Amino acid sequence: MSFQLAVFYAFALILVFAALRVITARNPVHASLFLVLAFVTAAGLWMLLEAEFLAITLVLVYVGAVMVLFLFVVMMLDINIDRIREGYWEYLVPALVVAGTMLAEMTLLLVGRSLRLEGMPAPAAKAETYSNTKELGRLIYTQYVYAFEIASVILLVAIVAAIALTMRRRKDSKYQDPARQVVVRRADRVRIVAMKSEKPAAPAAPASEQAAP
Amino acid sequence: MEFFSNLFGPTWPLVWTLAKIVAIVLPIMGCVAYLTLAERKVIGFMQVRLGPNRVTFFGIRWLGGLAQPIADALKLLTKEIIIPSGANKVLFLMAPVLSLMPALAAWAVIPFDPELVLANVDAGLLYVMAITSMGVYGVIIAGWASNSKYAFLGCLRSAAQIVSYEIAMGFALVGVLMMSHSLNLVEIVKQQQGGLGALSWNFIPLFPMFIVYLISGVAETNRAPFDVAEGESEIVAGFHVEYSGMAFAVFFLAEYANMILVSTLTAVMFLGGWLSPVPFLPDGFPWLVGKVGFVLFLFLWFRATFPRYRYDQIMRLGWKVFIPVTLVWLMVIGGWMQTPYWPWK
Repeated sequence: MSFQLAVFYAFALILVFAALRVITARNPVHASLFLVLAFVTAAGLWMLLEAEFLAITLVLVYVGAVMVLFLFVVMMLDINIDRIREGYWEYLVPALVVAGTMLAEMTLLLVGRSLRLEGMPAPAAKAETYSNTKELGRLIYTQYVYAFEIASVILLVAIVAAIALTMRRRKDSKYQDPARQVVVRRADRVRIVAMKSEKPAAPAAPASEQAAP
Repeated sequence: MEFFSNLFGPTWPLVWTLAKIVAIVLPIMGCVAYLTLAERKVIGFMQVRLGPNRVTFFGIRWLGGLAQPIADALKLLTKEIIIPSGANKVLFLMAPVLSLMPALAAWAVIPFDPELVLANVDAGLLYVMAITSMGVYGVIIAGWASNSKYAFLGCLRSAAQIVSYEIAMGFALVGVLMMSHSLNLVEIVKQQQGGLGALSWNFIPLFPMFIVYLISGVAETNRAPFDVAEGESEIVAGFHVEYSGMAFAVFFLAEYANMILVSTLTAVMFLGGWLSPVPFLPDGFPWLVGKVGFVLFLFLWFRATFPRYRYDQIMRLGWKVFIPVTLVWLMVIGGWMQTPYWPWK
């Protein structure tokens, strides 16, 4: 068994384990941390396929940003763990149906004769100067430019819609205008008064205090 | 070399790589230890006092203070790690490790010299961004697993702050990418090699991005004036309030290792890495050390100078100032590069 194959099986085992724990872990924070592990392992598998741009972007976007915000929300939930378990058996049957359908579809694709995956030659080794990122960038901005731009516009619409739906400006909330804050000068806030220094009045005879200790 | 490779047989590449990793990590740990001393000394002098000056090696008077980091480390090593009741024990102990790991793993692609780099990979810049974006997990998990209000407040602040500043940092790095046409850090430094010495480095054409990257670096490492995740005066010590002994020391190590990492990245991407600032002197590793030292000094200087930002001001600076500035400058240099009036080749 070659080294790469050994690495593949190790990563695949970890990935399957992490994915299983995502749905079986009792604590939602643990479940989302296992999801992070699954993402990182999947990135490792993509790296084995020499898709380094996709692999690193998966870590950068999903692990570095999306899952952080996800954890942010999950941590603030006050979840009673027993209550989550309640509908377990009710959901089991539909879940098994969905899983069975997906398994059947994948089997049709991968095992069926129509695609002839077993007869497919391995892709040719790339030259030393081949840059995955550069090639992807070139394709996105030339051949697939319309699809790419439309996808980004859809995402932009989703962002604007999400903000528009959730933003409520309360009438009684107080906020500062930074532009007005920075033009403030000392004279607007403080008045410096010239006055003569005064001698403090002589303290009263501390006879009683001396007697105290 | 021949002898060793025969000795270890087929495991030699593994052993050799491990040796190189140790050769990078050990000096970084030494730098971290003495950076803490440098910080206390520098801030001490800025506040007209001496800083640590008592602990010496073997009682030699003029080494006063130099053994302070070692004494601190020994003290922290011998202290008990207290695990709070109701804490999630596994995650509580895993969090410091998770915050130190990215600070060290990112060094794999940092070039110290044209030849001296552990992994000269093509997507080096992306790798650095991906690895450093994982550093926030240590803080978040520490805050949650401690089962404490203050720690939790600190971790929420840190999560929002780091995600916000990462965007500005990413855009600043897109500028570097446009200058160098490469994600490889060695290539990025080599591209800054013009005939003019310091004038051909990236910080001149990308000046707004250089400033944004520098300030975002301070925010990403949770250093003053962006240290609201710790905020001693309001939430005691933020995410690491429940940590003691070596577990606390590992967070401390991670913070300083991250500072050195961000300074080195700034030096590599904007200040020409190992390149000499004047054409008549040879390039080399000492220049990189000098540049990193300068950026680190800026970190300490900021801490001694600025009061802590208010949280909403931090968010405003990240989203409403830095991101628009970087976007506009991307447009400017993108257009400028297409004209014949682009002076950097």
